Amino acid sequence: MSDAAPARGLSRRALLGIPLVAAAAAGAGFYALLRRMEAGHYDPHAVDNPLVGQAIPDFAPLPAQDPATTGFGSADLRAALHATGRPILVNFFASWCVPCRIEHPQLMAMAGAGVAIWGIAYKDQAADAAKLLGEDGDPYARLARDENGRVSIDWGLYGVPETFLIDRAGIIRGHWAGPLAPETVRDEVSPLLRAHA
Amino acid sequence: MIRRLILLALLALPLASAPLVAALAISDPAEMLPDPKQEARAEAIGRQLRCLVCQNESIEDSGADLARDLRHIVRQHVAAGESNKEIIAWMVARYGDFVRLRPPFEPLTWLLWASPALALVGGGVIVAFASRQKRPAPAPLSVAEQRKLKDLLKS
Repeated sequence: MSDAAPARGLSRRALLGIPLVAAAAAGAGFYALLRRMEAGHYDPHAVDNPLVGQAIPDFAPLPAQDPATTGFGSADLRAALHATGRPILVNFFASWCVPCRIEHPQLMAMAGAGVAIWGIAYKDQAADAAKLLGEDGDPYARLARDENGRVSIDWGLYGVPETFLIDRAGIIRGHWAGPLAPETVRDEVSPLLRAHA
Repeated sequence: MIRRLILLALLALPLASAPLVAALAISDPAEMLPDPKQEARAEAIGRQLRCLVCQNESIEDSGADLARDLRHIVRQHVAAGESNKEIIAWMVARYGDFVRLRPPFEPLTWLLWASPALALVGGGVIVAFASRQKRPAPAPLSVAEQRKLKDLLKS
């Protein structure tokens, strides 16, 4: 077909128009996606934790941070939920984890407001975690250490920090991966805590 | 013809390089199971599981700490005699379907799995539509044009 010949079948206008419309639609789609990512409504790397809505996984008591205190297992967590009738936040962290430092002030503020936060130090040295909490403050009501990270895998953990909200019946009601921003605490964690108080 | 061959070769390039990529998989002998049959099964399972840290690599290919832990767990389960299905279900229970590099065939993924067939059908429809409408036959030459043609052919 020579250049001068008119396009067969589909009109020339359609041949030009269809890719243009498709490119415009793709552009609008990508723009919306990027805006949502920028605003923090959408994270393409987020992994939906399948445990949300399910009971906490069973785990034998983990060792304590400080030998003078006791760590905790799933039975201790259930007993405390039952005794207080209030939700508990379980926070996985590590002293070597930089984003954990970003969320630390938010944890301190929540602990100060009376929220029960139980900490699990993921693959951490007891001395390192103790030093960090000594310097920056300790928001944890109970603290345990998951030295080899095996219990954390049962929680579907894929990085630190991650935070779970457990209701009084021992059901996981909320999950946040990555550092808790003040806005996340205000818009998501606090309302969910109130809903399950 | 040559152009078509070059195009085919370019298209085949990713296929040819696949074994090369597979050869890069992490192979620390200390991680492996002593039974080569079990080890092969563990590797086959691991290649179907996404490393949650790097996300576009399987746990067999990833150097991430968590991937190493998950490789170890897969091997423990293989050594315990669990089936591939059971081991993958164990991972899905903790990390969701996202952990599977090959998504399951379920209502939510029907469109995803059907997309190659849909693209083929769509392309076929366009081709059929385009080839059906033939160009109208050119108008017969006028008397003056016929005379001009005759002159040109004569010279």
